[in-house]
Amino acid sequence: MRRELNVRNMHVSGLQKLGPMAGLLLMVILLAIISQDFLSITNIFNIFRQISINALLAFGMTLVILTGGIDLSVGSILALAGVLTASMVGMGLPPWLAILLGICTGALMGSINGLFIAIGRVAPFIVTLATLSLYRGLTLVYTDGRPLLSDNPDFVILGQGYLFEVPVPVIWMLVLFFLLSFLLKNTPFGRHIYALGGNEEAALLSGVRTTRVKIMAYTLCGAFASLAGIILTARLSSAQPTMGSGYELSAIAAVVLGGTSLAGGKGWITGTLIGAMIIGVLDNGLNLLNVSTFYQQVVKGAVILLAVLVDRSEKS
Amino acid sequence: MTLLQMSGIEKSFAHVQVLKQVRFTLEAGEIHALLGENGAGKSTLIKILSGGFPADQGKILIDDKEVTFQSPRAAMKAGIGVIHQELHLVPQLSICENLFLGREHSFGFGWIRWRKMKEEARHWLKKVGLNKDPFCKVGGLSVGQQQLVEIAKALSLQAKILILDEPTAALTPLEVRSLFATLRALRGKGVGMIYISHRLEEVQELSDRITVLRNGEIIATHPTHEIALDHVVQMMVGRDLAERFPQKTAVKTPVDRLRVKGLTQTGVVEGVSFHIQAGEVLGLAGLIGAGRTELANLLFGVSKRDAGEIWLDGKPATFRHPREAVRLGMAYVTEDRKGKGLVLTQSVKENLSLVAMNAFTTMGVITKKLEEEQATTLSKQLGIRATSLDQPAAFLSGGNQQKVAIGKWLVQPPKVLILDEPTRGVDIGAKQEIYQLMNQLSAQGVAILLISSDLPEVLGMSDRVMVMRKGKQVATFTQKEATEQRVLEAAAGGGGLLAEGIERAEHAR
Repeated sequence: MRRELNVRNMHVSGLQKLGPMAGLLLMVILLAIISQDFLSITNIFNIFRQISINALLAFGMTLVILTGGIDLSVGSILALAGVLTASMVGMGLPPWLAILLGICTGALMGSINGLFIAIGRVAPFIVTLATLSLYRGLTLVYTDGRPLLSDNPDFVILGQGYLFEVPVPVIWMLVLFFLLSFLLKNTPFGRHIYALGGNEEAALLSGVRTTRVKIMAYTLCGAFASLAGIILTARLSSAQPTMGSGYELSAIAAVVLGGTSLAGGKGWITGTLIGAMIIGVLDNGLNLLNVSTFYQQVVKGAVILLAVLVDRSEKS
Repeated sequence: MTLLQMSGIEKSFAHVQVLKQVRFTLEAGEIHALLGENGAGKSTLIKILSGGFPADQGKILIDDKEVTFQSPRAAMKAGIGVIHQELHLVPQLSICENLFLGREHSFGFGWIRWRKMKEEARHWLKKVGLNKDPFCKVGGLSVGQQQLVEIAKALSLQAKILILDEPTAALTPLEVRSLFATLRALRGKGVGMIYISHRLEEVQELSDRITVLRNGEIIATHPTHEIALDHVVQMMVGRDLAERFPQKTAVKTPVDRLRVKGLTQTGVVEGVSFHIQAGEVLGLAGLIGAGRTELANLLFGVSKRDAGEIWLDGKPATFRHPREAVRLGMAYVTEDRKGKGLVLTQSVKENLSLVAMNAFTTMGVITKKLEEEQATTLSKQLGIRATSLDQPAAFLSGGNQQKVAIGKWLVQPPKVLILDEPTRGVDIGAKQEIYQLMNQLSAQGVAILLISSDLPEVLGMSDRVMVMRKGKQVATFTQKEATEQRVLEAAAGGGGLLAEGIERAEHAR
């Protein structure tokens, strides 16, 4: 009867799942027809590498949005973690240790967001708007506004290297995608995130440690942002104190394009990956077609509006 | 005089026929009860009558003139007022502002004529017997008073026909009395009312005629005084129900599962002490605001207690977080199942496994197969009707939602089960199933605390009944001692107010 709509994922209805994928496919077909370079292997890996930073931010953002929150500070966390890591590598710390410490600082910054939101009960929008400024400020203070060079070959491989022809950032993105996908679907923590976003009160009364789950979500979001920052630093061989500003909006756009509800409780990480791909393909395609960056902004905004509109009409 | 005639009404949704040849009439000055289980077609009929959507076929005559409604507004203009179960008032605005919302009297240019509105508001409030200043904020009124404001609003829109959908679901017994007095007064003035309720005692007391709807068909229409309740129930469900409250087979064992001493949350719950034995059901009656739900919240560690002790199976237990209560074997089915009981965006299966996820988690990973099996077993045991276990809980009927809300506590049987209004807004068939489930659990030695505003239910299901008033425990009756009169008197305090209410009601009759 209505069985055919019942795709195996319970959090997103069939149409909501198909929508983003169909959109992506449509764009790929169109661009393949218009531009011959589009479907070349080099270009495809290029796209993947370009989206990996945004995808990592968007993965963390998905967790937070699923709980019904938002994190505006990811761009600033990205910069602070990138700068600190570059600085530690510069001081002669082994790159792996510097990276680990960099991720820890990101997690710490995320957990500070989480503490204010879960225990202080301040609206996520406000808390992270404040820390957006705070973390960015700390980055500027620490660097005195100057970029930090970081060309240790053991470090830059993280952003510039290849493994079996695949760019290392893409590998990071895919590995974390599968991990997160598993985490959300198959662990109590994942379930609790959905439950918390769907109905916090019911989750609390069912014995879910809602405070802890919420703080964990922001902590992970911070860790993902810092990893994105470290990879970006490695790719550019330098850490810019202003890097990542405005990235939170692309990350949120990817999550929303993927069909995750801003109200929380509904969504999926695959959608976020597709959302990030849509944005990446759009950017890349417009570049190939020699559309000016000014127009690119306009087109991107229009696509997001259109996607959200389609999503709404499907739901009603 | 016949106010309303509906005949030959048919309605289908996506090839499923919901109403078949429905005939319904309403006289002026009549209270006509419309009964039926959830899904019988009551809401559809009401929606057609109130302009929600048109019927596929059939005629509606108001004052012998045929009408068709294209919108709720058109129905309102034709004199039909609907009082929904959920109230549609703006709590931040005053009574007066709510009454005239969207049609404020003004001098023009948006300059509001407050004095005129106030006078008119007074007039309508008097009609419904609500003695309040029109400039009171609606949010500060009790649910019962808000309902009267809704009725006043409908009347001020010149409604001749009032549709009341479960108006007493959230009212205290005293408020029910005063609502009934108002409805009777309106009946005296020629207003026709369609009254929908799951509470048969009320229907019997209040209505003039009863119409039973089942599977979209009218089964029968009878004058209320000519028909017995048992017969009504039989017509509603289409089969004999053995008894409204199934006989308990459980033997309680003289072991206290739960013992509470001097439980206090200052100003809300004051020094409550009681005990529940294994297999026993303790009913907790009281008016809304008596502190019953607050007591449950204290027991479960949701709110912080200022004093008092709790023992579970003889061991002192302190909960600072619901999680600790859950761990020690407490279960709590909340009053507000949509707001606090279920995660509506999640599936039936996920809701059922939310509490005891540990039962099928190994090394931090959920074993999907075990989870599926567990959910299947539970849904069979509870008779949950859903298209699949992956259906979001939001799409289930009230009764089935409630079964899920209870079911999630049964993966690992609890020691103590708190049920807060477990059958509110649930149809008779599902009520029966919930009662039977309570008996099964009692037989397994679960101690049950039953909080309910449905007095026959409390009396029918409990071994003992405790009554609270203003945060204090005022009386405890054994099953034999507990009568409706006694419990109500204890709940209302000395019987003074209550006696007055009943007297007024009798007088109006």
